[in-house]
Amino acid sequence: MSIILVAASIFAIFFWGLKPSIDFVGGSLLDVSFVGNKPTNEEVGKVLNDLDFKDASVRSSGEGFFIRLKEISQDQKNSIVQGLSLSGKYTPVEKTFSTIGPILGKEAIQKSFISIILVLLAIVLFIAFAFRKVSKPVSSWVYGIVTVLALLHDVLVPTGIFAILGHFYGFEVDTLFVTALLVILGFSVHDTIVVFDRVRENLHKNENTGNKKSFETIVGESINETFVRSINTSLTVLLAILVLYIFGPETIKNFNLALLIGIFIGTYSSIFIGSTLLITINSWKNRGKQ
Amino acid sequence: MAKYRFWAIIMVALAVAAGFFVWNTQNPDSSRKFKLGLDLSGGTHLVYRADTSKVQSGDISSAMQSLRDVIERRINIFGVSEPIIQVEQGGVFGGNVAEQRLIVELPGVTDINEAIKKIGETPALDFKLLSKEAEANFKNDPSATFQPEMFSDTGLTGRMLQKASIQFDQNFASKPVIGLKFNQEGADLFAKITRENTGNVLGIFLDGNLIEAPYIREEIKGGEAVITGDFTPDQAKQVVRDLNYGALPMPISLVSTETIGATLGDKAVNDSVKAGLFAFIVVALFLIGWYRFQGLVAVLALAIYTVINLVLFKLIPVTLTAAGIAAFILSIGMAVDANILIFERTKEELKRGKNKYDALKEGFHRAWSSIRDSNLSSIITAVILYYLASTPVIKGFALVFLIGVLVSMFSAVTATRTILFAISSEEK
Repeated sequence: MSIILVAASIFAIFFWGLKPSIDFVGGSLLDVSFVGNKPTNEEVGKVLNDLDFKDASVRSSGEGFFIRLKEISQDQKNSIVQGLSLSGKYTPVEKTFSTIGPILGKEAIQKSFISIILVLLAIVLFIAFAFRKVSKPVSSWVYGIVTVLALLHDVLVPTGIFAILGHFYGFEVDTLFVTALLVILGFSVHDTIVVFDRVRENLHKNENTGNKKSFETIVGESINETFVRSINTSLTVLLAILVLYIFGPETIKNFNLALLIGIFIGTYSSIFIGSTLLITINSWKNRGKQ
Repeated sequence: MAKYRFWAIIMVALAVAAGFFVWNTQNPDSSRKFKLGLDLSGGTHLVYRADTSKVQSGDISSAMQSLRDVIERRINIFGVSEPIIQVEQGGVFGGNVAEQRLIVELPGVTDINEAIKKIGETPALDFKLLSKEAEANFKNDPSATFQPEMFSDTGLTGRMLQKASIQFDQNFASKPVIGLKFNQEGADLFAKITRENTGNVLGIFLDGNLIEAPYIREEIKGGEAVITGDFTPDQAKQVVRDLNYGALPMPISLVSTETIGATLGDKAVNDSVKAGLFAFIVVALFLIGWYRFQGLVAVLALAIYTVINLVLFKLIPVTLTAAGIAAFILSIGMAVDANILIFERTKEELKRGKNKYDALKEGFHRAWSSIRDSNLSSIITAVILYYLASTPVIKGFALVFLIGVLVSMFSAVTATRTILFAISSEEK
């Protein structure tokens, strides 16, 4: 199941690619809405064509359009807004207009990658440290690495879904999307740590009582014991984000969608992937010893 | 357990007082209103790149600081309330070759053209010397005209200007001329240039345009000079005003702009508040439905949590953006998580046959390591995000998230515990 999801995501990312917003590649984005009637896509396209903006892409929003162009000046933008009234037929209102230079965009990409990598590294180190007293049967580094593998899964799947949404519906990936990914990382670590914390406690208990339970049993029990908590926590967070998605401001709709997908996947992965990997690595190691 | 009772009452009383503070400071003339980001209040966000190629690397940060001050002064003239002007280093980790940027945020300004014009209209004043080759050329061909590229920098710029003023020169049929007074550094440099280059031509450039190219007749001491270009009185007044508000120490160019209409901002605020309220209600219903009485206590703790956060937003103050509000609502999720962890643990301990009081104690004790470790990892994420944020939106998000997680560790654990123990102690 996970393997299929991850494979499909990687496929979508490489085959269709992500649609970078102007945050990353530079350019201009004009968001116009209309008081009363709004023109059709064709009309908007014609206006842009007549004004000689050939490479513009137009996406319909609730009350108006997002028009994405190469970097344009204020005057050029004003000419577009003026043109969109089609000689008084419509009343365009400029909502937002942003222009980002290509250098800033490039830097945003670098910073995004670096922050994701740094967060991942910091988490491996932190978990290896937090679980340093647990070294049997698997070392604390394994916990850290397993967590990060689960994290990669959680990040890959929403990215893949956004690649698909980008291909079919023109969803763009911006710096907010990167933030969403980082929050998903945070949440997923939360979940995974809670499960591992229970494993840590149960391992300890097991040693003290002298029971010779296998590692698999202990991990299994730990998951069962934390199951309700994982589900309940995720449910509350998902509920909160769902409300945000429905009623929240338009500007962060996609951000909330990414969170919704990511946290859903993250809950799944912390229950099924992290611990499965932990057991797999353990039995793998044992095989090596025998 | 009178101790818990006492603290519980104090805590609730403090929370109510804090809530009152939040409410009370929301009236229009209060100085402690929530600070809204541009995406909520509407306004203009501009990013300028400063051309530091002519500034010595050691002086860059002080030059940027003076650039910032000059622009701040210019913006203050046209009366924008609470503009934000920040120096930022480009590149990922800074370094010497990093690009220097200036970020200008103008809340409430939606006429971006006007804003850009007023900021950008700063005249860059330069004094340049005619090169030797060009000078030789002119001797052969007196009819040739000066070209800007024939001049080379002297280091004397508008940065060293102390004061500019309008004068009316009798020799020029009462045409307006612009008098310049340099500061000490400028005066010394001016004297040195005129002393060493007597007989040469000194070009005076305003915004890169050659205004005047007088011959240097003798060394000029005292740091005063006059520009006699062909100004109308209005033009002269404008130039003098601009020079006095400060010529830019270096040229700047606009690399990114963003305007957010005020109507959009209003809608975003309403939507955020509405969404926040709904989210709170939904979470509260869920908690009460699932954990009944304990859930009610958790909701109370959550309310305390919300109030503490809001007070901090006002006191620090945190600039709230749409993403920041999302971070806040998200951190509510984290705060709830801590409670759920504790309650689930308590339930388990109850099942093992412990009495209610012990189970509760054990629940808090055992859940703590999970709460601590998971929140620490969130804090790490928030700190990294804050320092590497590429846009103010993300920075705001990270800050709110960080505050939220820190407060949640207090409210979910301490507040819930105090209230729960205060109430359940009788059943011991």
